[in-house]
Amino acid sequence: MNIDEALKSITDHFGSRVLKVSRRSVKRAYIDIYPKDVVDIVRYMFKDMAFRFNIASAVDDFDGLEILYHFSYDTSGFVISVRALLKDKSDPHIDTITEVTRSAWWIEREIHELFGIEFDGNKDLRPLLLPDDWPSGVYPLRKNFVVPKRDSRKE
Amino acid sequence: MSHKAHVPIGPYHPLQEEPEFYKLVVDGEKVVDVDVRIGYNHRGIEKISESKNFDQSIFIVERICGICSSSHPIACVQAIEDIADIPVPERALYIRSINQELERIHSHLLWLGLAGHFLGYNTVFMWAWKYRELICDIMETVTGNRQNYAMHKVGGVRRDIEREHVSYILTRLDEFLKQLDMLKGAVLDDPVIHARLKGVGVLTKEAAIDYATLGPVARASGVDIDVRRDHPYAAYDKIKWNVITREEGDVFAKTVVRILEMYESASIIRQCLDKMPQGPIDSNPKDIPAGEGIGLAEAPRGECFHYIKSDGTNSPTRHKIRAPTYMNFPTFKETVIGETISDATIILAGIDPCYCCTERMLIVDTKDKIFMNVEELIRLSQEATARIKEKMGIK
Repeated sequence: MNIDEALKSITDHFGSRVLKVSRRSVKRAYIDIYPKDVVDIVRYMFKDMAFRFNIASAVDDFDGLEILYHFSYDTSGFVISVRALLKDKSDPHIDTITEVTRSAWWIEREIHELFGIEFDGNKDLRPLLLPDDWPSGVYPLRKNFVVPKRDSRKE
Repeated sequence: MSHKAHVPIGPYHPLQEEPEFYKLVVDGEKVVDVDVRIGYNHRGIEKISESKNFDQSIFIVERICGICSSSHPIACVQAIEDIADIPVPERALYIRSINQELERIHSHLLWLGLAGHFLGYNTVFMWAWKYRELICDIMETVTGNRQNYAMHKVGGVRRDIEREHVSYILTRLDEFLKQLDMLKGAVLDDPVIHARLKGVGVLTKEAAIDYATLGPVARASGVDIDVRRDHPYAAYDKIKWNVITREEGDVFAKTVVRILEMYESASIIRQCLDKMPQGPIDSNPKDIPAGEGIGLAEAPRGECFHYIKSDGTNSPTRHKIRAPTYMNFPTFKETVIGETISDATIILAGIDPCYCCTERMLIVDTKDKIFMNVEELIRLSQEATARIKEKMGIK
């Protein structure tokens, strides 16, 4: 299966639920979807098409919080990234994909604490990297987070 | 009454070099549940990278890990090259591969030594770390540094391999391979190692796929993946080599995979030195346009993943970094539960969680013309010990 066949399989299966396909090269492509379809598409790619889950990454962008799920197909060497845009920055929600693959266990915890995205259905969203006493509602990878200046006199 | 007890290990632990906190729940000697708390070393590098320009980002990612200080920069420059389709001269591709394989050998030796140490087999620790010096010497010849090589830049590499260094590299490599044969025998033929590692901490193929494990951890569980072959980068598609896999999934299989991979790495380095064409080593790209790119590289522990988004300015708007241990680590849920507490250490160490590196000192004082090499420093240290012994009356 090459990248074009993979993209065709996904668009055939999901029809209008796929918003946009951008094929950058023989190795890279990006698919835009609605946040509500994420579990179905991830399940189809991970379970049925045997993609490997690389990782998810979130981006704080002008239009909202963007979350990308990167999948690689190792037999022929390409990466397809599935993009969902969460428009409401004040209360971003998306369904958990940990039901599909346990490999998303840690990254959902990480995105939850660093971007403040809620993963509905994920019961283990304890802090992963930040300390337990980190103030709630402060998300360091959001663009509005300013790294505090250190006061060297106190050290 | 419950017979279960909680055993906390860490976060500051005399055995583990890096802080992490394990909570083992044991019933007698059997581990029935385990959880881990990380983050004690979190430095916010993704956030820092957003405030740096693209050249500085490479400098920053090199400092994520002292061992993988070639894999992270390679993944990072490849992500930037992916944004703008920046070409890389062929000679630079070969140099990247040589750098990567030297790193793999030294990292696998580090792990082997630590594994020996965890098992109480300190001879392996001493040998592995001693022969790692040969590789570090080659690294120093090729890059100028034993760690933090500063070799990679967008569009190529910073330093060329001089013709007169090639024979030195090959001699050192031969010397190393002789020692590796000995080490391989000492580890793989040792009945105690078999008893301690075989059937211990088994990760099944299904779990390895579900957890999306990477590198030697996946390959020891029969998952035949390797970024170098599957997503060819650098010069890996131009030379012949094998991906080592095992089916058993236990700590022994992970050890075998790592030891045999060192032979493949040595063979890759030889072929690269042989086939490397003459020519430029840098395509000197100018601006990075808006866009997004993904860079993959096979670090010693598995795939290194870098995602970079650029808005056309000279620093990334987002830089996502995923190190291989991130994916391999959560498998402790599968491998540790049901085993005895005495095996927990080696199972947790079996995935090769990232460790800090050793240092070496060389004093150069140009003003007073003092120059001291390793032998002289060792002599100094021995003299100091002798003085202390004399003072304390120890013969």
